[in-house]
Amino acid sequence: MIAALGLVVGIVLGLLLEPTVPVWMAPYLPIAVVAALDAVFGGLRALLDGIFDDKVFVVSFVANVLVAALIVLIGDQLGVGAQLSTAVVVVLGIRIFANAAAIRRHLFKA
Amino acid sequence: MSDIDDQGRIRLVRALRARPSRAQSVVGLLLAALGFAVVTQVHSAQSTGLGELRQADLVRVLDGVSARSARLQSELKSLEQTRARLGSGSGQQQAALAESRARVRTLGILAGTLPATGPGIQLQISGLSSPVRSTVLLDALEELRDAGAEVIQIGPVRVVASTWLRDGDGGIVVDGTLVAPPYVVLAIGDPQTLATALGIPGGVLDVLTQQGAHAVLAQRSELTISALHPLSAPQYARPAPTSAGAP
Repeated sequence: MIAALGLVVGIVLGLLLEPTVPVWMAPYLPIAVVAALDAVFGGLRALLDGIFDDKVFVVSFVANVLVAALIVLIGDQLGVGAQLSTAVVVVLGIRIFANAAAIRRHLFKA
Repeated sequence: MSDIDDQGRIRLVRALRARPSRAQSVVGLLLAALGFAVVTQVHSAQSTGLGELRQADLVRVLDGVSARSARLQSELKSLEQTRARLGSGSGQQQAALAESRARVRTLGILAGTLPATGPGIQLQISGLSSPVRSTVLLDALEELRDAGAEVIQIGPVRVVASTWLRDGDGGIVVDGTLVAPPYVVLAIGDPQTLATALGIPGGVLDVLTQQGAHAVLAQRSELTISALHPLSAPQYARPAPTSAGAP
């Protein structure tokens, strides 16, 4: 409940404050967001599977975000930032789809 | 299978109804951060500007812009060259046109197809006791040409290169036209030179006087020769092909 509430509060805050992305963060934020989404979907799936653990979720969330940002950082340093960003988004997108499929099976029995 | 699904739903409902705990707060905080980040990112993605691009993308954009600028520059240059070429071409054309018009005027005066005006002399031959022979008139004509007469008219007939004279009944036939006395010869040229040429001792005027004719020579600073020679296209002669270097 608090989790869903937190999500809503964050969205509302973002809408109200209309913050601009700092320049240093601009390349990392989209990838970090996708990584966090992956963690959230994974957590939801774990919840439905009955193996959800708060600590695991927090660690996976933070780690996902950090690793995604790190990959983009390394890619930028190597000169393949754009390509590596695309790769990360593709991999995370596949994971999100897989988790969404599992969630769908749980909720809609299909 | 349905057993498991039901369990999943039950777990979801249970999770939603769970009592607040510290772990849940942390999860809520993370999700709040996620929502915030998502909205922020969506907002900045919608207002895409150059400021959001990374360095490599900026370099690519700059490359594209400068390549496009170079292309437009070269296009501008070629268009300007074309314009200059067209301009000078039309200038040359106009010069050529003016030159050919001048040539047409000159040739028209020479060929007798254009009226001419200028200083010259008027020779009137009258008061004949005996008919003036055409040979005398021909002498006068040749004398005038030698003296540099540019345009000559005998009576109503323009004298050109092909003009011929013949004695006729009651006059002289000039180019097929019977000219009756008194004969009036108009010539455009330097009046002084023409008068001198006709008046030399033993010249045309002397011969005319000896034959009993009354010849009056008058110098005019301005006279107009309006008689025209009908132009006929040559039947056999054609312009010879000129080599490229020939004028």
